[in-house]
Amino acid sequence: MTEQEAKIGVYICDCGTNIAGVVDVPAVVNFAKGLNGVAVAREYKYMCSSPGQDLIKKDIKELGLNRVVVASCSPHLHEATFRTAVEEGGDNPYLFHMVNIREQVSWVTKDRKEATDKAKALLAAGVARVVHHSPLERREVPVRNEILVIGGGIAGIQAALVASDAGRQVYIVERDPSIGGHMAKFDKTFPTLDCAACILTPKMTSVKNRKNIKLLSYSEVTKVDGYVGNFKVTVKRKPRYVDEEKCVGCYECIEMCVYKEARFPSEFDVGMGKRKPIYIPFPQAIPQVAVIDPETCIEFKTGNCKKSCAAACGDRNAIDFNQKEQLLEIDVGAIIVSTGFKVFDASRMSNYHYGQHPNIYNALEVERLLSSSGPTGGELLLRNGEKPKTVGIVHCVGSRDENYNTYCSKVCCMYSLKMAHLVKERTGADVYNFYIDIRTPGKGYEEFYQRLLGEGVTFVRGKVANISSIPQTHEEEGKLVIECEDTLLGIDRRVPVDMVILSVALEPQPDREEVRRMLNMSCSSEGFFMEKHPKLAPVSTINDGIYIAGACQGPKDIPETVAQGEAAAAEAIALTSKGVITLEPNLAYIEEELCSGCQICIPLCPYTAISRDAEKKVAVINDVLCKGCGVCVAACPSGAARQKLFEWEQIMDEISGVLTI
Amino acid sequence: MTSERFEPKIIAFVCNWCTYIAADAAGTARARYSPNVRLIRLMCSGRVDPQFVMSAFEKGADGVMICGCHPRDCHYNEGNYKTLRRYLLLKKMLSQLGFEDERLRLEWISASEPEKFRRAVEEMTEHVRKLGPVKENGGK
Repeated sequence: MTEQEAKIGVYICDCGTNIAGVVDVPAVVNFAKGLNGVAVAREYKYMCSSPGQDLIKKDIKELGLNRVVVASCSPHLHEATFRTAVEEGGDNPYLFHMVNIREQVSWVTKDRKEATDKAKALLAAGVARVVHHSPLERREVPVRNEILVIGGGIAGIQAALVASDAGRQVYIVERDPSIGGHMAKFDKTFPTLDCAACILTPKMTSVKNRKNIKLLSYSEVTKVDGYVGNFKVTVKRKPRYVDEEKCVGCYECIEMCVYKEARFPSEFDVGMGKRKPIYIPFPQAIPQVAVIDPETCIEFKTGNCKKSCAAACGDRNAIDFNQKEQLLEIDVGAIIVSTGFKVFDASRMSNYHYGQHPNIYNALEVERLLSSSGPTGGELLLRNGEKPKTVGIVHCVGSRDENYNTYCSKVCCMYSLKMAHLVKERTGADVYNFYIDIRTPGKGYEEFYQRLLGEGVTFVRGKVANISSIPQTHEEEGKLVIECEDTLLGIDRRVPVDMVILSVALEPQPDREEVRRMLNMSCSSEGFFMEKHPKLAPVSTINDGIYIAGACQGPKDIPETVAQGEAAAAEAIALTSKGVITLEPNLAYIEEELCSGCQICIPLCPYTAISRDAEKKVAVINDVLCKGCGVCVAACPSGAARQKLFEWEQIMDEISGVLTI
Repeated sequence: MTSERFEPKIIAFVCNWCTYIAADAAGTARARYSPNVRLIRLMCSGRVDPQFVMSAFEKGADGVMICGCHPRDCHYNEGNYKTLRRYLLLKKMLSQLGFEDERLRLEWISASEPEKFRRAVEEMTEHVRKLGPVKENGGK
């Protein structure tokens, strides 16, 4: 199409004052009216609103527009919205281009003239480009309806159960020997103080019992190929050395292990308790299948064990020292990532002496001590077996600290309050909370804080500077001394305690980079997986068909995690419900008459989508394999390789347009 | 003097998945940066045809940036490696033609690096401002 034939409608959005507060929108409208091919240019307060979209539809019908440009926010937010409006108006949705004058102009430019000029330049580029747009058809591809959940904490469990309720085949992959995640380690949950196991374990059992959920514990996803609706996933099944089908979880092998006493640190008890080389992580573990740790098992280390475990198993014959790692391939339509968090390593803060003094614990360790299924049966005891008489809880360890994490970990205030309550209840100890600010937004949370204030727990406002074991007075002898400035009283304080609990931050998993790469997602600067939009697409990612839930997206409490798990399941179900999905048409293609058959493009394609037609002696692109990166297009010496929506003429005129002002 | 200082025109070809999102995030964070750099969005930095760069200079750009995902992070596996190769050749070609090769800059900016995006834009603007306008015949 030529500029003479083009009838372009240009719509410039004020975005309330977001754009109009900085950019002189009427001046941009006037400028647009002078651009070649522009039939109408309008300003509107909110283009994305229904009346805003109606403007476009009405103009297409009444003025016979054949091209539309909207200058507003990022296309990542509203490109789809406006394409739909153009389509509903009667034009092909790809006869449209979006110009970003909010994120790239009004939000980042202070000077009104500079902002207005930049907006004009970007608009000129959009108008110049859109002339060369042509009608395109969306591709429809079939979608599989199986759903994969990566990570079997409460987020993943909830997502799996919801998807299973919808009748879907669900795979849930968990790298530990049991599902349950962090929640399974907790004693009670705030603010209701109901026991974590009582609300979690029925869900865990349900995961195991559902016919349409395949639980792949002690397994990791190692490879993800394919695309939205059609992912091919490779799962590595680590050897448990116990046959999952044959083991009945009777514990006889564990009892009969040549190690009479459990003597190796239990991963589940975060080192607070001990286990044997053959073990079931915790009594409510799902699946109830033993696992052998080859690092500590005598048979693996020496080959000379009398293998009393195998003898105890007897006819069941579940123990298999020769079990090998297996790779399993599964096909799914959508993937939910719920890989959780890790707790901040408090030993990084040398002034707190965590890991050096036995009576300084992190909060997760104390959860295990408080848990009735934990190593002390729920009694809070110091390492010497005595009950603490005074306990100090230090908030914001690794959170809200520019040396470690600047963000607030969101749950620490509440879990610290919960611990203060439980410590007081179990030991009668004097409890001190050292906090910077108490943050308790949430249903029933502030009320819980008020309750704690009435329970005789002492709150000291101040960031703890140091935890020392060097006494300065008689009463500090044999104690840990928490040093901080009490900012309410304006004095320095030294509080001697028997036990210190560090309320550690929630951090992203150490292997998030590998997971992010494997699934083509993004991380925020802290390392949490990034949602597609912080408000409007909170569980989607930039990679269609991949959803995120729980603390892998950012610190959050159990109710929020559960809600996200359900949201991610709903998204995954919605995506895979229709049987087909539409894909963007921005693929590469070959103009056969221009192709010289040089084959430069063929090895460049990362998806081996290009081959050579031996008869015609030209390159051929397979639409199913092409993902539309355009690498081959940029390399073609004869201009035969082209890309829809990123055509040579479109970009060349965009370059000219952007340089006009 | 400041009102008459040289305001270079710079085009940045950015990929849809990393740098464009970083630019969006810079906007959300209300990061302030010079208006001289204008973005052209492509799906992958590997779509940047060397002729786009040459033609940008021909049409009046004083500087060109190519921004994409970090090595190993390309949304299309390896498009950014192709970009790197072409960039190195382009730099060579630019200096052979008599241009200052710093007028072309490659930056890897991930979606999580809005601050890096802002800094890259500012540095490039300052640098090209110092170089001055592209001279006739590439300065020869």
